[in-house]
Amino acid sequence: MSAPVSVSLLVNGEPIDAVVLPRLNLADFIREHLKLTGTHVGCEHGVCGACTVRVDGEIVRSCLMLTVQAQGASVETIEGLSDSGEIADLQAAFRERNALQCGYCTPGMLMTAQDLLKHVSMPDRPAIREHLSGNYCRCTGYQAIVDAVEATARTRAERRA
Amino acid sequence: MKAVAFAYARATSVVNALELLAAHGDKAKVLSGGQSLMPAMNLRLLSPDILIDIGGLAELRGIAVRGDVLVVGALTRHVDLLGSPEIALHAPLLRDAVAHVAHPAIRNRGTIGGSLAHADPASELPACVLALDATIVVRGPAGERRIAATEFFKGIYETALSPDELLVAVEVPVAGQGTAFFFQEYARRHGDYAIVGLAACAVVAASSFSDLRLGFFAVGDRPVLAAAAGKLINASVTPALLAEATAALADELDPQEDQQATAAMRRHLAAALLRRCAAALLARPELEKGATR
Ligand SMILES: Cc1cc2nc3c(=O)[nH]c(=O)nc-3n(C[C@H](O)[C@H](O)[C@H](O)COP(=O)(O)OP(=O)(O)OC[C@H]3O[C@@H](n4cnc5c(N)ncnc54)[C@H](O)[C@@H]3O)c2cc1C
Ligand code: FES
Ligand code: FES
Repeated sequence: MSAPVSVSLLVNGEPIDAVVLPRLNLADFIREHLKLTGTHVGCEHGVCGACTVRVDGEIVRSCLMLTVQAQGASVETIEGLSDSGEIADLQAAFRERNALQCGYCTPGMLMTAQDLLKHVSMPDRPAIREHLSGNYCRCTGYQAIVDAVEATARTRAERRA
Repeated sequence: MKAVAFAYARATSVVNALELLAAHGDKAKVLSGGQSLMPAMNLRLLSPDILIDIGGLAELRGIAVRGDVLVVGALTRHVDLLGSPEIALHAPLLRDAVAHVAHPAIRNRGTIGGSLAHADPASELPACVLALDATIVVRGPAGERRIAATEFFKGIYETALSPDELLVAVEVPVAGQGTAFFFQEYARRHGDYAIVGLAACAVVAASSFSDLRLGFFAVGDRPVLAAAAGKLINASVTPALLAEATAALADELDPQEDQQATAAMRRHLAAALLRRCAAALLARPELEKGATR
């Protein structure tokens, strides 16, 4: 019973082969096996959003996905998005507006906000709040986070124009 | 918390999944999107011996129109319902409802089959399939069974599925001429499970209902197709008649009390939704206010 299973996937573009127990969720695999600790674990049942990562380009809860379910998938973590420069402007906006304090929620917030900005070029504040509604922040009161996302949307729109 | 250890089998086909289910019986659980199963396992409310992952089965995916039915594969994800032109055209109720289901990251993995099989009484999609008069298609060792949505939900997390069966598709009659839909729910925050909600499907002709199906959710141990709708069909809907219907609705619902609301509050909100629904579908805003006595 519960024999280890082999799994091959890409993490931030790098091929990974591993043998894992079926019960190991993707968040723990990323943090403990790959030592990519930017992905945070809060509730482990899908409600807080701290563990949000991208799988095949779409955001998911890594606490609700088994590592073995990521067989053949391309996983991107906050380290990947950060190192590639994809969200440099969003990160700068978070810093400028104090959209983070303890930082626990921040990787998940950035992942989710970037997902919105990829799909909608100029979201209004209610749309930003709705997209982030599954991500808890216990420090900032959200206002500054919405400000930072809105500001980033605006500068990106100006850059495109 | 983390899930208790379990074995894992990746099904290679529906037939293979059924064989695995037959071999492991009720010690196995089917894994689709995992967005209800994994939380329950991480919280150790469930500890199956083996998970049978059907997530890779292309044969359970996709949305197709066959004659006058829309066939929605069990693995169709919430995000697919949101973006599908077929759904928007033939069953927009599902699109309107699924926008209220959880949050984007969860909608990227959660499936319609998983939502219906899970049968949370506060879930949106089960109430929609009642209102749409859909058929649930399941496969088991003895072959295929087709179950009317009205016969499918049996209680909290309980359905007509047996442990050796797989939900494979949902068949929805395509919306005909004059069909109109209404979806609204009360929730504390967008994406939360509803306090009370209503998914409705109507045929409106000459300013009255020639058909009306009201699927209420979070009002009892399963979604309810309200009989009170009968009072409004083929009748001139006056505020007094609507008051009669909301009174009948309050009698027929058996809501539970929990940390979100009392039973009385749920009855009150259900009545408010019924008035809003009638007002919206008949384009008579004054009906929302209710009868003045
Ligand atoms: C934070 C959070 C908020 C949520 N909010 C809502 C909400 O507001 N409204 C709502 O409706 N849902 C909500 N959900 C649940 C979500 O919609 C789930 O995706 C859905 O209920 C289950 O679909 P799934 O594919 O993930 O199923 P899984 O979790 O994989 O499975 C659920 C159950 O169904 C069984 N099952 C799955 N597929 C089949 C099949 N094809 N045949 C037979 N049995 C099957 C499984 O064995 C399991 O018992 C929320 C989830 C989370 C984590
Ligand atoms: S840790 Fe995954 S959502 Fe909270
Ligand atoms: S900054 Fe502390 S939880 Fe958001």
